[in-house]
Amino acid sequence: MFKWLHPLAKPETVYHLCGRLYPWLMLLAVTLLLLGNIWGLAFTPPDYQQGDSYRIIHIHVPSAIMSMGTYSAMAIAAFIALVWQVKVAQWSVLAIAPIGAVYTAIALITGMAWGKPMWGTWWVWDARLTSELILLFLYLGVIALSGAFSDRQTGAKASSLLAVVGVINLPIIHFSVEWWNTLHQGASITKFAKPSIDPSMLWPLLISILAFKVLMLALLCLRLRTAILQHEQHRPWVKALAGAV
Amino acid sequence: MMHFQSFSEFLAMGGYGFFVWLSFGATYTLLLALVVYSHFQQRQCLKQLADKLAREQRIKQYQESSS
Repeated sequence: MFKWLHPLAKPETVYHLCGRLYPWLMLLAVTLLLLGNIWGLAFTPPDYQQGDSYRIIHIHVPSAIMSMGTYSAMAIAAFIALVWQVKVAQWSVLAIAPIGAVYTAIALITGMAWGKPMWGTWWVWDARLTSELILLFLYLGVIALSGAFSDRQTGAKASSLLAVVGVINLPIIHFSVEWWNTLHQGASITKFAKPSIDPSMLWPLLISILAFKVLMLALLCLRLRTAILQHEQHRPWVKALAGAV
Repeated sequence: MMHFQSFSEFLAMGGYGFFVWLSFGATYTLLLALVVYSHFQQRQCLKQLADKLAREQRIKQYQESSS
């Protein structure tokens, strides 16, 4: 496995691999997103309690799940960067943080737009909403901290450390609806039990979740390429590349 | 099977149209902005590197011709 993993620590290899993967991942992400959302918006029956407002689920749940999934990915990259000093992992942390921040913002905005008609309020300071808001601040903190030092290496290390420490927020978000009394409803799909959502609504939801996941990978490929170029600009292979433009 | 009878019914979303389309509109706007911005950054970075390389070459040529 290490024989297979080892080339991935070499920036030039990663740059070209990401360039090859990006168009296919992006195409797949857009296809899945359109399929899942159009299916969910027009071809599923309305909810027996919430009517058509529940259709917000088809972006709210995928963005919320992937806001946490993206954070796990970022924290793993940060851990690798801190322990084994892998440069590509370090740059991945900063490439992925804005993606997670956007996903978290989407989860919060769609949640508010769903909360207003269903709960009668845009926002309450309850456990699920507050912990998700803290997740947004963690992402923004990672982005801000990396640029807060005059030495770029120190900033990168500090932001990686924050990313790893912030992992504590993930179980808090996940279990917040069980540990505390909250307005937010419990999970509709979990890994441990049969989904409490009707199969006709489940399929488009699963497709949309996959779409957000693939879109995250596509954007990571694109943004990591830029990060590699910036950090490796004195290498001969980057100069050859820039000279050809 | 399509759930809605007409396009205007689809837009109305059973009276929740504003909230549903606000959600989807905000989502697509944010995602599109991130994709466009990331592409812009990549192009900008390549352009800056090419400019820098051209400048270095010009300086080198000047030094060679003056010496």
